[in-house]
Amino acid sequence: MRDKFTIKDLHFWYGEKEALKGISLAMKEKEVTALIGPSGCGKTTFLRCLNRMHDLYPGNRYEGEILLDGKNLLEKGLDLIKLRSRVGMVFQKPTPFPMSMYDNIAFGLKLMGVKSKSEITGRVEKALKDSALWDEIKDRLHEPALSLSGGQQQRLCIARAVAVEPDVILMDEPCSALDPVATAKIEDLMTDLKQNYTVVIVTHNMQQAARVSQYTGFFMLGEVIEFDTTEKIFTAPSNKLTEDYITGRFG
Amino acid sequence: MGLHYQRRKLANYIALGVSVASAVFGIFFLFWILKDVFTFGFAALNADFFTQVPAPPGEAGGGMANAILGTLTITVLATAFGVPAGILAGTYLSEYGRKSKTASVVRFVSDILVSAPSIVIGVFVYAIVVKPFGGFSALAGALALAIIMLPVVIRTAEEMLKLVPDSTREAALALGAPHWKVTVSVVYRGALRGIVTGVMLAVARVSGETAPLLFTSFNNSFWNFNLTEPTATLTVTIFNYAMGPYEDWHQMAWGAALLITAMVLLVTIISRIIVRGRAG
Amino acid sequence: MAENLKEKTGELDISSSGADGYVSLSARRQSSGKLGDAVFKGVAYGFAFSVILLMALLFIVLVKESWLSIKAFGFSFVYSSIWDPVAQEFGALPSIYGTIVSSIIAIVIAVPISLGIAIFLTEMAPKRLKGPIGTAIELLASIPSIIYGMWGLFVFAPFLSEYVEPFLIDYLGFIPLFTGAPLGIGMLPAGFILAIMIIPFISSVTRDIFQMVPSILKESGYGVGATKWEVIRKIVFPYARSGVIGAVILGLGRALGETMAVTFLIGNAQEIKLSLLDPATSISATLANEFTEAVEELYLSSLVELGLILFLITFVVLALAKLLIARFSYKGGKL
Repeated sequence: MRDKFTIKDLHFWYGEKEALKGISLAMKEKEVTALIGPSGCGKTTFLRCLNRMHDLYPGNRYEGEILLDGKNLLEKGLDLIKLRSRVGMVFQKPTPFPMSMYDNIAFGLKLMGVKSKSEITGRVEKALKDSALWDEIKDRLHEPALSLSGGQQQRLCIARAVAVEPDVILMDEPCSALDPVATAKIEDLMTDLKQNYTVVIVTHNMQQAARVSQYTGFFMLGEVIEFDTTEKIFTAPSNKLTEDYITGRFG
Repeated sequence: MGLHYQRRKLANYIALGVSVASAVFGIFFLFWILKDVFTFGFAALNADFFTQVPAPPGEAGGGMANAILGTLTITVLATAFGVPAGILAGTYLSEYGRKSKTASVVRFVSDILVSAPSIVIGVFVYAIVVKPFGGFSALAGALALAIIMLPVVIRTAEEMLKLVPDSTREAALALGAPHWKVTVSVVYRGALRGIVTGVMLAVARVSGETAPLLFTSFNNSFWNFNLTEPTATLTVTIFNYAMGPYEDWHQMAWGAALLITAMVLLVTIISRIIVRGRAG
Repeated sequence: MAENLKEKTGELDISSSGADGYVSLSARRQSSGKLGDAVFKGVAYGFAFSVILLMALLFIVLVKESWLSIKAFGFSFVYSSIWDPVAQEFGALPSIYGTIVSSIIAIVIAVPISLGIAIFLTEMAPKRLKGPIGTAIELLASIPSIIYGMWGLFVFAPFLSEYVEPFLIDYLGFIPLFTGAPLGIGMLPAGFILAIMIIPFISSVTRDIFQMVPSILKESGYGVGATKWEVIRKIVFPYARSGVIGAVILGLGRALGETMAVTFLIGNAQEIKLSLLDPATSISATLANEFTEAVEELYLSSLVELGLILFLITFVVLALAKLLIARFSYKGGKL
């Protein structure tokens, strides 16, 4: 499998504070890569570099290279809007827009310039089926998205991200606000998504990383301590720190 | 212990008694005013009140139809000037400016303007509109009210927009939506109820203003449909009639007072119901 | 299931192939929205910045329009107590004095009553009274000030001159503040109406602040055997201090700038009298009564200068409020 993302010596600053201190790694296409590490280690910061979400707030600064299919995302003049429609994102807490479920998913499609009503409806249906939500909500698509349960809202957000056909889906602790049943559904979903998409997931739950990912990166204090196949990280880590973290000696 | 304890208990009862008494005193006056406005006001209302223009001084009869129309016109115009400007400025503060220097200066200035004496705004509009363009007008009155409204709308819009969580904005941006589109179709939608409520309260507030209209829209005893002419409003008419010497003018003033109070209370109550709808 | 799905949405075949499908959607994109972003941000910025310009313009225009009077009277405008439109001589002291004294009277009356209402509503009232009374008071805060003024003139002034002021003169007449005739209009009635007008505002804000005191703090007070009043005084007050001071100063700002409630009742006399029962005037009352009658340039200019002074007074009071709030809340943080 070829590399989707290649990151070379990435540094990132929040104002004066250096949050990422030279990250280098490569992420495979159509695989799930998990990023783990103690809180404040920089894993979420790193994830948000991949669609340049940090650009929303003033004072943030990047250095280094983030190559997506060989193209540097940190280049000046990069079209961020185009980038973000290629690199979708799912957040810690569900973020349904204040509109109907249908409109939530149609939102991105309309942005992409899809005008035909039947095409939008078809794509909404497909996205909902892909995120295993269709059967639960097909009869009330035009009710407010906020009326869904937390787990359903999160799957709706995944459907919304999938609907615009990104290359990559970034997930920032997508299950941290959910109960175990909803979490299990989303984990299944991730495995399905892998067929078509490259998935990067930040999680504080090591079992989750072990269950869903093929590759795992262990972050600490703004650096990548170890990056390898998930199997290797969880069975035979080569770094002492990784081993201590995996076995629950700190964190 | 015994004596000390008794003293503490006594102090407790005295203090609580005083606060109940002052509460009763304050609430008593407030309801006294409301009761008078409603009883005297109802006595003055009749069909003529809503359909006729004022009778010449000293003559009986007449109504306030022109002043009702004037208040509506000026309030609607002020809303049309002040609300879009205020919402856009509030949008800048919450969506773009945030902690920037410009944003904090705008916030400070808005806070000052919110509490600026409304009669001074009247003097200001007199100097920049009435004097150079040679006359009192409904437009000048509307401008004065719009200026009074502006800072209120700005700060409410900002507060309401800020209630929309950043993660919702990020989620929309992560779909590849341009920032302006995120604001218009996601953030505004989330804050709609709050903004509508804030705007209604601001409208209610300015529709009861008198001082800034005294030297801007002035007054008029006749129908006026020209926005560049002096225009009667309920509040300025109350002022003139209440200060005047005739008993039936005072009656009319009570009627107008009831009308404006009922209008303001109604708008306020409706907006509270809207807010409650969100909570429930 | 996946196969099934593809059949159903046959028209979407391109989209079901992942990355390749992206191209097709991407090809249909209109524009990146950069122009829209720039325009929208620009317009929003423009309106926000116009508020600063408005403030500057307000100040410049007031200074420019009062320049004639500033030149003619200089600083003596502020301390001269002669206001004589016939002789074209203008001094602002009676108006300034009236504005400040009537506002002080208002605050002295309104603050204890508002605190009483707030304490009553948060700590004492039975649950079924709390809601309705609180709401009623908030509604009263929205009633236009001209209603208060008019009621004061028609109802309260006769009541005062008949029942209250004769009593004050008889029993407190030895204090110079309460001498003169029981007219029902004057400094004290104006201050009282102002107080009634700002009570709903101060008490509803204060109530909100009292409600924010964490109940765990109050409970720990009761837990060591404090009485209700001791909890209010030692725990609620200190915790809410900065907010309450802010509310009081905002109330003062309203009183200083208020026109209609004062104009009806203050008596409109350009004099400074020690007695609070005598007619007086305030800046806003002078403006409301004389502005449209002023024909001479100097007269008009002097009135604008009064407005400028009122603007500056409220500006200073508000700036002070902001400073105080910032300072007290810092200390409050260490509580």
